[in-house]
Amino acid sequence: MQFNSFTEVLAMGGYGAYVWSSVAIVFAVLLMLIVHSCTAKNRTLRLLRIEQERADKISQAKVANAQALFDKK
Amino acid sequence: MNSNLPQAQLSYWIAFKAIFVRELKLAWQKPSQIIQPMVFFLIVVTLFPLGISPAPKTLQMIGPGVIWIAALLAIMLVVDRLFRQDFQEGTIEAWLLSTVPMSLLVAAKLLAAWFISCSVLLLISPVLALLMNVESQVIPALMLSLLIGTPILLFVGAIGNALTVSLNQGGVLLSLLVLPLYIPVLIFATSLIEAASFNMDYSGQLAILVSMLLVSCFFAPVAIAAALKNTVN
Amino acid sequence: MWKWLHPYAKAETAYNLCYRLLPYFSWLAAITLIAGSIWGLLYAPADYQQGDSFRIIYFHVPTAIWSMGAYTSMAICGMVGIVWQIKNAELAVYAIAPVGAAFTFLALVTGAVWGKPMWGAWWVWDARLTSELILLFLYLGVIALYNSFEDKRTAARAASILAIVGVVNVPIIHYSVEWWNTLHQGASITKFDKPSISPDMLWPLLLNIAGFLFILAAITCLRLANQILINDARRPWVKALVEQSSTEATSLVKGK
Repeated sequence: MQFNSFTEVLAMGGYGAYVWSSVAIVFAVLLMLIVHSCTAKNRTLRLLRIEQERADKISQAKVANAQALFDKK
Repeated sequence: MNSNLPQAQLSYWIAFKAIFVRELKLAWQKPSQIIQPMVFFLIVVTLFPLGISPAPKTLQMIGPGVIWIAALLAIMLVVDRLFRQDFQEGTIEAWLLSTVPMSLLVAAKLLAAWFISCSVLLLISPVLALLMNVESQVIPALMLSLLIGTPILLFVGAIGNALTVSLNQGGVLLSLLVLPLYIPVLIFATSLIEAASFNMDYSGQLAILVSMLLVSCFFAPVAIAAALKNTVN
Repeated sequence: MWKWLHPYAKAETAYNLCYRLLPYFSWLAAITLIAGSIWGLLYAPADYQQGDSFRIIYFHVPTAIWSMGAYTSMAICGMVGIVWQIKNAELAVYAIAPVGAAFTFLALVTGAVWGKPMWGAWWVWDARLTSELILLFLYLGVIALYNSFEDKRTAARAASILAIVGVVNVPIIHYSVEWWNTLHQGASITKFDKPSISPDMLWPLLLNIAGFLFILAAITCLRLANQILINDARRPWVKALVEQSSTEATSLVKGK
């Protein structure tokens, strides 16, 4: 280990703000990317499910309408 | 069968010429295509002395770059509506149905577009050079760089237009796609002019620009044809 | 010779392959990134000129390398998709683009943060940073183009064409910017001439370069699987997945 204490690690020989901020940005962006990609599947499935339900409802309504029309006759 | 071959070859040339002549006729009927980019070019260049400084030394330094950036933006304007009308009227679908390769027809269209809209930029560039206090011995180099550079910009820009032609919001997206690709042309053209202003040899920059022109001549019509086919389907 | 590849042109097979590869890539990425970062940040010796600020190299160089690598692989996918009409390759273009854009952004930000103590300015028109900035514009163009189309099939093809056009330009842009930079000497400060980087410094760098490659691969797998799902929304296998997920969702609600 190049450093003797935790405060030295934080200080990074005077460049602490630069080094640790860039580390933080890198891992924050990677984390955002990972979370966004991991939840993508669920988002897609939910979207498709809603679409499916809507399509089902429409077709049910069509059948009901046709039935009503048929009954009237 | 054999007797059909020379006829088929002839029809390529006829199709090329027909599209070229049609474009010129259309431009003659509606000269705004010719005038608007030219006026835009003039206005953008006028803004720079007002925005930065009218001092002759400053103008001399930034002149070539300013003229080139203005030319680049004017060509963006030309490119933005290059295929739009053809797309809306269904001309592009007719091109797709013809037996002539699409890239050849596209090449004819591009050549016509250069004659209509870019050659005028070339012609008024000496006037702008005078406005920007560019020395008179540099003007031939400026015109030479525009002569070789503007077709590259037109061809590359046309790819962007072909990709976005079916979208309503064209303009901003087009500049996002195309402007980064213009950077090498800008760099070499302005450095050519700079070299000329120091009385240095600029054949190196010229050779690079010519090679970029050849590459874009070769690839752009193919890419544009692929992009147009994609949007029509 | 290439027969074994053919099944992977089928959407469902490719989808399953993505999820089969994902754990390997993610574990490799996690191990190499954690090891490389800790080694680089805490154990590697400090640079004799730049002190501890050089440790940003462990994030700047890998992201810069793979920002270009991602663009190249994106263009190769586009080329394969357009030439051989393979749909999955076209979908991969948009799967890679956001990851590549994120890497480019990170390379720019870490470059700027590194530049501040070294050059005294956040931004210097250095050849490497400038061409990285232009690369970011190219990525944003691909993403914006894809998102402007309603029809995702057309969108994927358009993005593929643009990626191919872009990759022809990337080396031209790179060399022109480098040349432009040597012409205007004012701003050019070489960041680190390293005739020989000591192995203690090199090993963590190599680890992190590998780590960023694996994380690129892992995220691409995830996003590609999602793209395939969206593209195949009307197919029975996706409908089965949707049904399965909806029964899971209702059972979850009932369980609560």
